[in-house]
Amino acid sequence: MERKNPIVQIKHVSKSYRRGSQIVPVLNDITVDINEGEFLALMGPSGSGKSTLLNLIAGIDRVDSGSILVDGVEITGLVETELANWRANHVGFVFQFYNLIPVLTAFENVELPLLLTRLTRKERKKHVEIALAAVNLSHRLAHYPAQLSGGEQQRVAIARAVVTDPTILVADEPTGDLDRKSAEEIMDLMDGLNRELGKTIIMVTHDPRAAQKAYVIRHLDKGVLNDVHHQNSV
Amino acid sequence: MYIIKILFRNALRHKLRTTLTVVGVIIAVLAFGLLRTVITTWYMSVEASAANRLWTRNSVSLILPLPIAYKDKIRQIEGVRSVSHITWFGGIYIDEKNFFAQFAVEPQTYMEAFPEYYIPPEQKAAMLRDRKGAVAGRKLAQRYGWKLGNVITLKGTIYPGTWEFTLRGIYEGTRKDADETVFFFHWDYLNETLKKTAKGMEDQVGSFIVITKNLEDVTGVVQRIDNSFKNSLAETLTETEKAFVLGFISMTDAIITAIEFVSFVVIAIILAVVANTMAMTARERIGEYAILKTLGFGWFKIAGLIFGESLVISVMGCALGIGLTFPIADVFGAAMGQYFPAFNVTLETIYMDIATSIIVGLLAAIIPCWHAIKTPVAGGLRRIG
Repeated sequence: MERKNPIVQIKHVSKSYRRGSQIVPVLNDITVDINEGEFLALMGPSGSGKSTLLNLIAGIDRVDSGSILVDGVEITGLVETELANWRANHVGFVFQFYNLIPVLTAFENVELPLLLTRLTRKERKKHVEIALAAVNLSHRLAHYPAQLSGGEQQRVAIARAVVTDPTILVADEPTGDLDRKSAEEIMDLMDGLNRELGKTIIMVTHDPRAAQKAYVIRHLDKGVLNDVHHQNSV
Repeated sequence: MYIIKILFRNALRHKLRTTLTVVGVIIAVLAFGLLRTVITTWYMSVEASAANRLWTRNSVSLILPLPIAYKDKIRQIEGVRSVSHITWFGGIYIDEKNFFAQFAVEPQTYMEAFPEYYIPPEQKAAMLRDRKGAVAGRKLAQRYGWKLGNVITLKGTIYPGTWEFTLRGIYEGTRKDADETVFFFHWDYLNETLKKTAKGMEDQVGSFIVITKNLEDVTGVVQRIDNSFKNSLAETLTETEKAFVLGFISMTDAIITAIEFVSFVVIAIILAVVANTMAMTARERIGEYAILKTLGFGWFKIAGLIFGESLVISVMGCALGIGLTFPIADVFGAAMGQYFPAFNVTLETIYMDIATSIIVGLLAAIIPCWHAIKTPVAGGLRRIG
């Protein structure tokens, strides 16, 4: 059953970057809704603005114009400190290069976002163990990122992204640095998070196989959202 | 606990760079500690001066003598409890490089005037009995391996001739900052010899040491002594011991200022070294700071990580530097004993070391921190991969 309640509302968003004396437009008057529980894949050629759009949704970059509402909160109106708090509570991130902190173990990396909550040490431990069990890494708690394979690192990153139970999960090329087998495992994990736990996932990808797991595929080209393609039902 | 763990792990991520920076801090703390100790030692005699001890010297110059006849006159002045005198001898022991202070004194009154020098009673009695007897400080006797009964020969420079003394006593300081490198002998021996060998130099002393009856009357006693010798051939200048010593030190003001300047230059250099390390560190971790910001860590927490890491490095270096300061100060003090009679690292110097390392740690992190905070999250994330 398709859920119609929009959790992300993007209204007339434009964004450009300054490159030397030139202003390079990246997103041009984007308007789109993303529904709660949706698994959206954003596709498009390099430089099409998909990562920029993802960053704007996640509140790690600023729009030039327009507004973005996530779960009723207009994040484009928040100041930096408010935005940091909002990200801590509402967004889980999965990056292409995993972006784990190399001096922390898998357990400590997953625990990191929980340090910003009021949970006790014991409660944090419980949450971390559940999150790592969910990505089948209960046996790798004390390993450092350098001791893990790429696929395992990405699973730790996913555990870190979901450990705070965020409103949305954003993923920027989550399989871009993985071999085919690991990429499939990661996509299965994300699919499970979406289907079984109802997580709203917004994923940027070049990989058509990864995009196949998504419920909705949108193409972005030269800063403009083109077609929408519905392929699975949640 | 979690944060401290991260700080230490981050600090040790580049072991060679951190080690070299810590070594730099250790050397700076050592240099700073030793230079401050030199300055402290320079002023040590000021701290050690007694409030009721006055020094009366020739008002024209310290090098001009005063007649011994002044002693009895001073003794009779109201408020004076006792009078001793001291005369710089300036002899050479074997070789000119073996410098140490030598004074011709009146042993009985001199030893009473300086209770901070302890001489065992039997040695004191032996000294008083022997006209050619001498007493040396413990460190001085140790330096030259002197034992009681040894004959010590000095070659006179101010007072010509070869002078032989028998070591009758070795004194020890009753306070940590007491000078244990002084050599003193009977002024009578000097004077009687001068009567035969250097007519015109006899019956003169360098300075009088006056002990007052009470501290309240010190100013009055000073005035009364100097008034007594007004319009005489040798007018006097009487000062408290503290003022007298400060007068000495003021002659070396330029050296002390230079040492102080160098000690702060050392700090400036190490600040640059730590700041450079932190700048490299922060530049390398811009991506990681961006990840932390993405996860919701605010600027205050990011700043805490950078300042914390800088402090870990500077404080680690400081702790090791302080630990090494004491043995190295002992070695330095022993090697330079003739110039620094009591080379002790004071608690104040340690506090300065700690404060300086904390300040260096904080200052070194300011610019890297500013840079890390100002870098936009998206910009920081682009640096990864």
